[in-house]
Amino acid sequence: MTKPHSHRRLPRIGDAPIFRRTLLALVLFFVAVIIVAPLTVIGVHAFSKGLPYFAAAIAEPDTRHAIMLTVLTALIAVPINTAFGIAAAWAITKHDFPGRRLLLILIEIPFSVSPIVAGVSYLFVYGLQGLFGPALEAADLKIMFALPGIVLASMFVTAPFVARELIPLMQAQGRDLEEAATSLGASGWRTFLTVTLPNIKWALLYGVVLCNSRVMGEFGAVSVVSGNIRGQTNTLPLHIELLYHDYDAVGSFAAASILATLAIVTLIVKVVLERQGAGRRNRPASLAGNDSLSEVKP
Amino acid sequence: MKISLDNVVKTFDTFRAVHGVSLEIESGELVALLGPSGSGKTTILRMVAGLEFADDGHIYFGEEDATDIPVRDRGVGFVFQHYALFPHMTVAENIAFGMKVSKVKRSGDAIRERVQELLDLVQLTGLGQRFPGQISGGQRQRVALARALAVDPRVLLLDEPFGALDANVRRDLRRWLRKIHDDLGITTLFVTHDQEEALDLADRVVILDKGRIVQQGTPEEVCRSPHDAFVMRFLGDANALPATVRDGKAYVQDVEFDAAGLSDGTAEVLFRPADVAWREDGQGVPAQIVRVLDRPDSRRVLAKTTGGQSIEFDTAPEFPHRKGEAGFIDIRRPRVYPSGRT
Repeated sequence: MTKPHSHRRLPRIGDAPIFRRTLLALVLFFVAVIIVAPLTVIGVHAFSKGLPYFAAAIAEPDTRHAIMLTVLTALIAVPINTAFGIAAAWAITKHDFPGRRLLLILIEIPFSVSPIVAGVSYLFVYGLQGLFGPALEAADLKIMFALPGIVLASMFVTAPFVARELIPLMQAQGRDLEEAATSLGASGWRTFLTVTLPNIKWALLYGVVLCNSRVMGEFGAVSVVSGNIRGQTNTLPLHIELLYHDYDAVGSFAAASILATLAIVTLIVKVVLERQGAGRRNRPASLAGNDSLSEVKP
Repeated sequence: MKISLDNVVKTFDTFRAVHGVSLEIESGELVALLGPSGSGKTTILRMVAGLEFADDGHIYFGEEDATDIPVRDRGVGFVFQHYALFPHMTVAENIAFGMKVSKVKRSGDAIRERVQELLDLVQLTGLGQRFPGQISGGQRQRVALARALAVDPRVLLLDEPFGALDANVRRDLRRWLRKIHDDLGITTLFVTHDQEEALDLADRVVILDKGRIVQQGTPEEVCRSPHDAFVMRFLGDANALPATVRDGKAYVQDVEFDAAGLSDGTAEVLFRPADVAWREDGQGVPAQIVRVLDRPDSRRVLAKTTGGQSIEFDTAPEFPHRKGEAGFIDIRRPRVYPSGRT
């Protein structure tokens, strides 16, 4: 529709002005009430007693410890899940083996299982009364109510993130590039580094960013396995809840604002990466034999 | 390098793609694997490359048993149907890739020099810094070939090399590939479903159907004496009339054809559209003209025999007859095949 025509066009489905405005109003209302309002409240409350009070709330030792613990958990869990995600996506998209579909379903389970269920089941496996409990205790290995438990629970919840981002892309890319590299004499590792990785890097980064924000924000599973020991096994989301129950509204909102900021940074990174990724993905699309390109000047 | 396939079998899950194929490709020969989709031709090519492993049988490169040599060490140049150029590398980097990852170490200068040489060979001088997304389909095809040739392969394998190109580019590239092959003398095997391409380019054509070789020979041999009705039909337009064989003769509506060696029963008479003469009276199968189509250099006539069979034949542009006229079709070079297998 470049120029308005003299005759009136019949509206397409959903084109009627009333319908369009109602739809838009409805969506805006929901976004405002459900997403924008709570985030605004966090920001306002966090700074309600001024910046110094906010800084003091953040600098409070238990809060600082919670932040450090959360960062540490992310530093361990995210790289491991990234490696796992790449391996799983590679195995599923570039190889045929029996049980491939089953693996795909298994990887997705953490998406559909409530995190609290994951936490409780970890307790049953590694807890004192659990399956490996006595053995672990004999070996003096503390998994529950300690860092390993927190990391394990976080990893369970975020296991699918990287793989989910990579699988559709790698499936679309097919195996041709890897086969070409191998037929030219490249080793598997070399093929991965020089051919596969450059073509999936934006999707991979996006997966890592999502995985990281979820690890840092995970509440349910971690709350079961950590034991909520203040200054020891309290991660940031757990600490926020604790502060809130202590009626320390500003402290709780200040801590929450850190997580909210993290979420916003994640969003920005996501948008940037998606743009980069879109630019990348357009290239192979133009590979579909267009001979008119031969006249294009460099 | 001579390639021999000895009774090679490949099964995918429950689908048997290749049934005991044996094939010899002489050193320096250019051979086409021709067949409809699902005939197993690409699977055979991929097994020669080492991209698939044969379930049974052996593949020899010269005297060496290459059956279990992985693709990486097999020393083949493979050109993929959709070229599989690395989109994040320039044309020059694509061509250099094989030399960079090779176990044979080359200096940076040597690699650059060879890339230049190959760019000249495939007539893409000056395009080395472009990305694959910035060049045309035909150019990508040539980059893929240069990349495959860069590692000095013992054998060159091409999967539907011209499949994704339009007709004019296709014809040019075909002649050009033949010239490259003649200059380099490298043993080349390519897969195609396009009979014109196979006949135009190859020294020898191997025709496959349902995972088996149905005929192999020079283009002349397969064109002039197709083994069976499948080959006859697959190589070009063919008309078929049902016939009955009695005492070494095939009969189509009382018209007699020689069918020496065929046992009594049902058969088909096959013939090319160009091998028909239209007669107003006398000998031939009685028929009526249904339509006349005009072509730049001929006229194609659609007719129906009184037995109800549709046939098509080509005539000179001056052909005077029109729709509705009755006459007789006189068949030159009829081929009689037992019916059943199509």
